[in-house]
Amino acid sequence: MFDELLLTVLLTSVPLILAATGELVVERSGVLNLGVEGMMLMGAVAAFGAASLSGSPYIGIVSGGLAGMAVAAVFALFVLGLATNQVATGLALTIFGTGLSGLIGAPLVGQAIDGLPSMTLPLLSDIPLIGAFFKLDIMAYLSILIVALTSLFLMRSRAGLILRSVGINHDSAHALGYNVLQVRFFAILFGGFMAGLGGAYLPLVLTPHWAEGMTAGRGWIALALVVFASWQPWRVTIGAVLFGGVTIMQLAGQARGWTIPAQFLSMMPYLATIVVLVTISGRGRNVFGAPAHLGKRFFMTR
Amino acid sequence: MFILKPRKSVPLSLTLLVPIVAIALTLMMGGVIFGFLGYNPIEALYEFFVAPLSRPDQIGNLLVKACPLIIIGTGLVFCYRANVWNIGAEGQLVLGAMGAGWLALSFPDAQSPLFILAMAAAAMVAGGLWGAIPALLKIRFRTNEILVSLMLTYVAALLLDWIVRGPWRDPMSFGFPLTKTYPDAGLIPALILPGIGRLGQLHWGVVFAFLIAACGWFYLSKMLSGYQIKLMGDAPRAGRFAGFSQPRNTIAVLVISGALAGLAGMIEVSANIGQLQPNVSFGYGFTAIIVAFLARLNPLAVIVAGLVVALAELGGDTAQISMGIPKVVTGIFKGILLFMLLAGETLTRYELVRVKAHHTQDQQGRS
Repeated sequence: MFDELLLTVLLTSVPLILAATGELVVERSGVLNLGVEGMMLMGAVAAFGAASLSGSPYIGIVSGGLAGMAVAAVFALFVLGLATNQVATGLALTIFGTGLSGLIGAPLVGQAIDGLPSMTLPLLSDIPLIGAFFKLDIMAYLSILIVALTSLFLMRSRAGLILRSVGINHDSAHALGYNVLQVRFFAILFGGFMAGLGGAYLPLVLTPHWAEGMTAGRGWIALALVVFASWQPWRVTIGAVLFGGVTIMQLAGQARGWTIPAQFLSMMPYLATIVVLVTISGRGRNVFGAPAHLGKRFFMTR
Repeated sequence: MFILKPRKSVPLSLTLLVPIVAIALTLMMGGVIFGFLGYNPIEALYEFFVAPLSRPDQIGNLLVKACPLIIIGTGLVFCYRANVWNIGAEGQLVLGAMGAGWLALSFPDAQSPLFILAMAAAAMVAGGLWGAIPALLKIRFRTNEILVSLMLTYVAALLLDWIVRGPWRDPMSFGFPLTKTYPDAGLIPALILPGIGRLGQLHWGVVFAFLIAACGWFYLSKMLSGYQIKLMGDAPRAGRFAGFSQPRNTIAVLVISGALAGLAGMIEVSANIGQLQPNVSFGYGFTAIIVAFLARLNPLAVIVAGLVVALAELGGDTAQISMGIPKVVTGIFKGILLFMLLAGETLTRYELVRVKAHHTQDQQGRS
């Protein structure tokens, strides 16, 4: 029973981990992309369509990532090339992605695909209590690897240091000779790819169908998660499991007739994010890794 | 290499041209996308933007759809002019609907014609208070109002969901998540036009939407406190030297836009639904952001912008029926429109200047 519950929680948290890790890198470079929901939907519909046409969920994974990256490139073009307002551009991306995925997916409604098979690791999956950790699928295992690599990249590599410095002060980074726009461009593409993967996970693993708007707000939760994790990759993983756990807890709670209404449990991620924001914003600068130039426009000077 | 250089002055023709070019480009690109996906682009554009207006009663429905967009858009103009980024209007709308609903459900025997005004006031208080939360947190803890107002939108939606399924549910609703219906005094009557009669779903709220936009324009362009809001947005340092208070300004614009979003929520329910249900808005709070940008942050232009965007919404409904595509597809047009407007915004305020790389640093192009 506990094993099954834990497995469901872990599966629910995978798309959040993927999308939030991507957004984390984007925000670390100083760009706020509110288009996560739209990119995830594009990823979901592309993954479903590709898997349905080719019969291979693996082609679906790649297509999902690429679709997310393609719309992220549009966002980058506006935000970086024309220095448009990041908040409004991100919203435009979400609205556009929701609409386009709905149109692309209209003929796909009602079809079914073969989902991604689970890869149960022998012996390890038999460990009591934590066996569920080893009954996941290739994307779930990869997501942990990506978090590890992202953490190493951001905190231990030169390129990661440059990326963070661009996010903390783009004018200084520019003055030092770093190509702010280039760094941000690649960060945004990475964020799009990851959001696309997160979206792809929904039809490939969680529910093998396409439905318009099937991400159901997960993109916004991923955004909340980045703040909740105070821009630290590993905390995203913990946060995602907590947030995923809350979703599952409601279902389990409803079945057992808990007195706490499910809606209050659903509010927890959002309220927790506000609490975290209050805690980290009031104190001194950058103790928690908040990129100081997050969401600010960068105008190139000569 | 290109850089963006601020223009010394913005020609009026450019200000007027941008929204028109943006709309034209949106239609073209939207058509291309439909064509690319195997639909007839001409037919798609016809279904979205012409067919909705083929019957006179649809004009009324267009105005009804534009009503919340105009009211919320006006409030958002205040915020964005002040450089305060409220994107939680959807949540403030929901709170407004709940505030008014609380009054309507508490007084099921209300008769007074003034009751509807009390409900409007309750909605504005509730929406305004919900809008004040990100403002207060921003002032006290320096939190980002974008993130807080966004998070609160989801909290508000869940709060409404809980309240109509739990404490406020009508015991006679056969298990449906609905409250009791409002008393007649809590409903907004249909607008009967002389000589024409009823025009679709047209109601009195639409008249107020136009009035609110006009008042918003008067306040922002003719009153000192309106000037203060704009000044604090454009040049906060200059504003502080003039003795204006930044925190007070932030609270003011968030409360104003929250109150207007709340009012829009109350009007939606009292004019169209007549009771509370889990969904009282179709994303009007988010769509109004496009309206505010299309209007180039001018409350009078919000009326026109509201009508244009409402047409796309209405087109989504028609296309859903006639072409069998989901309603969200209208987001393609809304999204591209916002993209184009934002690009236009940059190109009116800056010009693209070609410079040679490694040039000497002689001019700063920063704002």
